[in-house]
Amino acid sequence: MKVVKQVSGNAFPLNRADVDTDQIIPKQFLKRIERTGYGEFAFFDWRKDADFVTNQPAYAGAPIMLAQQNFGCGSSREHAVWALDDMGIEAVIAPSFGDIFRNNSSKVGLLTIQLPQEDVDYLMSRAEELPSSEINIDLQSQTVSVGSDWVREFEVDPFVKHRLLNGLDDIGLTLENEEDITTFEATRDGLKPDTSPALESATKMG
Amino acid sequence: MTETKTIIEKIWDQHIVRQEYGKPDLLYIDLHLVHEVTSPQAFEGLRVSGRKVRRPDLTLGTVDHNVPTTDRTLPNPDPLSTKQIEVMQANCKEFRVPLWDIFDIRQGIVHIISPEHGITQPGMTIVCGDSHTSTHGAFGSIAFGIGTSEVEHVLATQTLPQLYPKTMSVEVTGELHPGVTAKDVTLAVIRETGVDGGVGHIIEYRGEAIRNLSMEGRMTLCNMTIEGGARAGLVAPDETTFEYLKDREYAPQGDEWGAAVEAWSALTTDDGATFDQYVTLNGADIAPHVTWGTTPAQSVAVTDRVPSPEDAVSASAKETAERSLVYMDLQAGTPIADIAIDRVFIGSCTNGRIEDLRAAAETISGMKVADGVGAMVVPGSGLVKQQAEEEGLDVIFKNAGFEWRDPGCSMCLGMNPDILLPGERCASTSNRNFEGRQGAGGRTHLVSPQMAAAAAVAGHFVDIREFNA
Repeated sequence: MKVVKQVSGNAFPLNRADVDTDQIIPKQFLKRIERTGYGEFAFFDWRKDADFVTNQPAYAGAPIMLAQQNFGCGSSREHAVWALDDMGIEAVIAPSFGDIFRNNSSKVGLLTIQLPQEDVDYLMSRAEELPSSEINIDLQSQTVSVGSDWVREFEVDPFVKHRLLNGLDDIGLTLENEEDITTFEATRDGLKPDTSPALESATKMG
Repeated sequence: MTETKTIIEKIWDQHIVRQEYGKPDLLYIDLHLVHEVTSPQAFEGLRVSGRKVRRPDLTLGTVDHNVPTTDRTLPNPDPLSTKQIEVMQANCKEFRVPLWDIFDIRQGIVHIISPEHGITQPGMTIVCGDSHTSTHGAFGSIAFGIGTSEVEHVLATQTLPQLYPKTMSVEVTGELHPGVTAKDVTLAVIRETGVDGGVGHIIEYRGEAIRNLSMEGRMTLCNMTIEGGARAGLVAPDETTFEYLKDREYAPQGDEWGAAVEAWSALTTDDGATFDQYVTLNGADIAPHVTWGTTPAQSVAVTDRVPSPEDAVSASAKETAERSLVYMDLQAGTPIADIAIDRVFIGSCTNGRIEDLRAAAETISGMKVADGVGAMVVPGSGLVKQQAEEEGLDVIFKNAGFEWRDPGCSMCLGMNPDILLPGERCASTSNRNFEGRQGAGGRTHLVSPQMAAAAAVAGHFVDIREFNA
């Protein structure tokens, strides 16, 4: 996993609530078997509108996206995170996020920064008025700042922070404690179902 | 004094492999369901890092999201879907994961096949790379959707690091009126909590109206938990649960059955245990619901009118409502019963089980689909389809003018050719009315199977309580 420490740059002001992962990456693009190449399809239907924020040249290449509450709700598709990552987004700032999206983001290295509504509104209107205005995010100090006067702290799970700052692989970390898993399995309730009989040869349909 | 716990905390605590200050709990996963769309990159990750599937015997695969629902012996016209299905087959073979493949009678929507075989049981932790994994909570399990990185994590370790959840009690008191279903209950709950009211929580559904739901009704209810923001929702196991599970193929058999029931019976919320949030609804107040907007919280009773954005609780809700009305091409104040439909979809992991098909068939038996309406039924699994055909439900649907298809996710998300055309309006038993969900430009109204069937015949929404009266 990549190391994530700071993100600096301007931001797409996506001033909408409940942006679901179907909008971020529609289903017709989920048939690919790779993790890359989704960026050009991000917000596919919304992008048909020439005025949509990602079509505006003033925001081209912005590494931050601003959005309203419940960003990333709906489907668990990690393709949504891959698509944002692929289009160059390194952080999303919103008043709240869908749980699964947020979790997926933490595995890919996309920062999801939750700020109070009034702070998001401030950043949103600033980005709308002045597309080049820069926002600085620092994971170590857990701050979002604009210039030197406007500084806000954000919460981040300490374990996620540790993983992102050091670029650590989640699975590798878990397997450091593989003995614990083996011990747990030895004491696990034997009544729980086992799917291995399902390996039996398939019954053909009519 | 002994510590009191909710059922959520009891199940969680039974699955902690490792607990360390400042880190998420490492949770053991009892069952991992895998499908073709969210797993290819996870299997590829295993290959790249030289890892194996730790417990193929706690893993089950199927193909459901992009399978055709028409004759599968014909060549699949979509090369990308074909490739994804072939990759699933190859991955399951390579990693020894059981797969109920495209021609297997047991194939079906991942959240339908596991319960119908008795693989989903109380007290388990269940995950799948699909947000509607919450369905399995109906059995008193902690079941939640995960992303592909987490799929890889579970394949490799059979565990997941997870933060301890907040808990939420959703109580539905009293009795539901005839014609009011689990689908209406879940839409009413989401309307109350909003689409993000459950974020960070696991829900326990409680109360008389919940207790009186069948297992399939409880699955419908738990299925849509994610639409209110919570990753998981459950119903404590009871006699209804045990009766459903008894003698199913993967349920404990013989002497083990009694031991299992005894263990499952302890899975209740202790008297005095508290939740972080409480929501209470009166079941008798719930009417058949129809969504009018583009989030599952935007619903009203079928007897109501499309609400005005002016009545929204906040400026942002008003803006969202205005956008929704434009997308849905609806005017505020229009009676719901005046909304004409073009298509009807009965199926999905929300409402594609046998009881759903029975209810829909009973509603329209002997009637005909309205002129100009295209209607289809997609059973949730091969076994649901077989059972329905044994009961003659397929004949009722076909005589009425419905198409009778093969099992899969189908038009719930339109990854296969089953999609709405731009501008088409659909009465759908699925779970999401997001923009473009059933096809770019398509307009989805979420309803119960009975309401969808009645709308197919009437050509517009009707109050099911009066339709068969």
